Amino acid sequence: MSILKSLMAKPWVAEQVVLDNRYPGDASERLVKRLALKVFLAVVAVLFILLIVAYAGRMGYSDWRPVPQLSLLWVNTGALLLASLAFELTRYALAHHRLQTMRVSLLAGGALTMVFLFGQMLAWRQLTTMSYFDITIPAIGFFYILTGLHALHMVGGLFVWGNTVPKVWNNFDPIRVKQTVDLCATYWNFLLLVWVVMFGLLFSGDNLDALLKFCGIK
Amino acid sequence: MDHASHDASDYAPPNELGEMELYHPKTFLGKYVWSQDAKVIAIQYSITAIAIGIVALVLSWLMRLQLGFPNTFTFINPSNYLQFVTLHGMIMVVYLLTALFLGGFGNYLIPLMVGARDMVFPYLNMLSFWIYLFAVLLLCASFFVPGGPTGSGWTLYPPQAILEGTPGSREGIILMLLSLMCFIVGFTMGGLNYVVTILQARTRGMTMMRLPLTIWGIFMATILALLAFPALFVSALMMLLDLCLGTSFFMPAIVSLGRPGEHVGGNPLLFQHLFWFFGHPEVYIVALPAFGIVSDLISVHARKNIFGYRMMVWAIVIIGGLSFVVWAHHMYVSGMNPYFGFFFATTTLIIAIPTALKVYNWVLTLWRGNIQLTIPMLFALGFMFAFIHGGLTGLFLGNVTVSVPLSDTMFVVAHFHMVMAVAPIMVVFGAIYHWYPKMTGRLMNVKMGKIHFWVTFLGTYAIYLPMHYLGFLGVPRRYFAIEGTSFIPDSVQYLNASITIAALIVGVFQAIFLYNLVWSYFKGEPSGDNPWKATTLEWQTEHTPPIHGNFGETLPPVYRWAYDFSVPGVKEDFIPQNVAPKDVVYENTPTTPHGTRAS
Repeated sequence: MSILKSLMAKPWVAEQVVLDNRYPGDASERLVKRLALKVFLAVVAVLFILLIVAYAGRMGYSDWRPVPQLSLLWVNTGALLLASLAFELTRYALAHHRLQTMRVSLLAGGALTMVFLFGQMLAWRQLTTMSYFDITIPAIGFFYILTGLHALHMVGGLFVWGNTVPKVWNNFDPIRVKQTVDLCATYWNFLLLVWVVMFGLLFSGDNLDALLKFCGIK
Repeated sequence: MDHASHDASDYAPPNELGEMELYHPKTFLGKYVWSQDAKVIAIQYSITAIAIGIVALVLSWLMRLQLGFPNTFTFINPSNYLQFVTLHGMIMVVYLLTALFLGGFGNYLIPLMVGARDMVFPYLNMLSFWIYLFAVLLLCASFFVPGGPTGSGWTLYPPQAILEGTPGSREGIILMLLSLMCFIVGFTMGGLNYVVTILQARTRGMTMMRLPLTIWGIFMATILALLAFPALFVSALMMLLDLCLGTSFFMPAIVSLGRPGEHVGGNPLLFQHLFWFFGHPEVYIVALPAFGIVSDLISVHARKNIFGYRMMVWAIVIIGGLSFVVWAHHMYVSGMNPYFGFFFATTTLIIAIPTALKVYNWVLTLWRGNIQLTIPMLFALGFMFAFIHGGLTGLFLGNVTVSVPLSDTMFVVAHFHMVMAVAPIMVVFGAIYHWYPKMTGRLMNVKMGKIHFWVTFLGTYAIYLPMHYLGFLGVPRRYFAIEGTSFIPDSVQYLNASITIAALIVGVFQAIFLYNLVWSYFKGEPSGDNPWKATTLEWQTEHTPPIHGNFGETLPPVYRWAYDFSVPGVKEDFIPQNVAPKDVVYENTPTTPHGTRAS
């Protein structure tokens, strides 16, 4: 039932009572976890949207100096993209009972995420060694806070991944694992999307001028 | 269509799914300390919130002592006066009201009212409380660090908050920011539980539009909190980095105490936008559960179905949505573009429409109701007075032209205390008197309750009504002393003294409430399962107080909405939600020994 239709119901009316009495109650554990992840992702999305809006707002000032391009971040983006694809492959393999493929791709997903995180740490370090580096430059501060919070969320994902990996060996319940893998894949895809948006924003240089003017920020 | 829910189908579908597995603690610690039972967690939340609330109450006394009797108490100086102001505000808004309404009432009532065994993620729920407690302890620790707690005002505006010269501008503000971040992490864990439990763990027949308005209020407030708290989290984190690592998110190039600062290029207004993007929804995070609870109190104690249930739900949803587009009405004097001011004034006034609708519906529920002047009803009526009062002064402050001259005066203090302190606190008290019998099996003492109500209700008016007048005179807020100001007449001091005396009396009389809580627990009159003859599921449990798992062997199916009071032709003036139509007893109808209607 759509939200609007649900809100239009008159629960005190006899016809509606008959309909309402049919509501079966209690959802399955799968639906509960799925909804919880969606709500959590909404919270995380708001967190990043606020930071991105704040960043865009600061870009509008005349003294704005963007962060210099770091080519290493392209490699990191590739690693995260592959990690996300690996989780998709895990999901596909599990659905088609290809257990060996599933195990390999699940391990690959986690390993590629670690590569991404290691790459991010190198990028943070690389930036500090550049002559441009000055922590009081707002763009630098934003770079660290955006990438740092994103990395923190990836670490949270790795924690769940680390709990899942031991469960896919020997005799395991594929339905239970499928649920976790589904949730992991969704989470990784979401964080990939967040990263792509941030990556575009952080290294757009002055390319976002038109958009900022359109939004009335510049 | 017939208005005859009691005449409808008896059918309730069988359980399609196995019930959730409950964690059963075996030790005392597992049962009462590291508990995963939402009811125990609710009590833990409530005790912690009330304890820290008492600290904030004492801080308000200290403030009032200075304002009412300046130069009398030598231990109060300008610095610690500002620290009292700051901590009082932050504790009351975040650590008391938010925690009590959502962590306290939310945890206790959600599983019981929706017909669930517990929250869907009990372990996460337990973690939520312990992180909240840690946040409270971090905040308290700031009293004991060098420089004391922050004195930057509860809004924590930079650059002032982290500039040398402001009380607690180092350790104090660091602890405040860390505490807020912990609070938000803990709340997110709890909030996920509340939302998912309401959406996915309702019992058979409990559709969304059969939920009591208490649950709707808590549900919407939780969604607001989940979406608004990230703004506070982000601003706290950025300020922490400005302070500790020298970044310049909020800190502009500044000369402080004759020395150029380390920062360049930060934007203090960005903090204000982020803070109020959280801050205004925060008003409704507190108000919406209060709206919901008071609707149920009025309906139960007036023995009448709530007037305009659907409109009440819509109003909660609309207020929740609109609360995200009014934040800059707190920033009219920040130098914003006048068009922005116009936009935010308009949205602010629009939000008055669904709010007024709720007030009309409460009044219409009372109209020709069988009003029982019980303690919960008295507090519900007290809420209505305070809320209407505070709501109307909100219309003044929502208008840019009126708001600007009143900015930072005592009028603002009076307004937000009426709408955000007195009104919700009235509901908190009403709710505690109402649900205490379910939590303990005993009624609270009525005599003590009445004294508590009248002193609190009249006393808060004695505090805040004159404060509006002080605001009109231009008396500024947050000032340690106002002597020698030509536009403020000397008579202001008499009013300030009377306000202080009223505040002290109201505060002291809260001891009666606390005493009543303890006294009634041991000596209160046994309440039975459903002393108020209420319809909602929490009153239909097999045990009072409800045991772990809430209900008996099976979860109760629901056959009707939450407001079947005084249904024509029915013997009792209420029909609980889980009573099947065949079990309803009609007037002048022979009944079977089991209470069912003879056909």
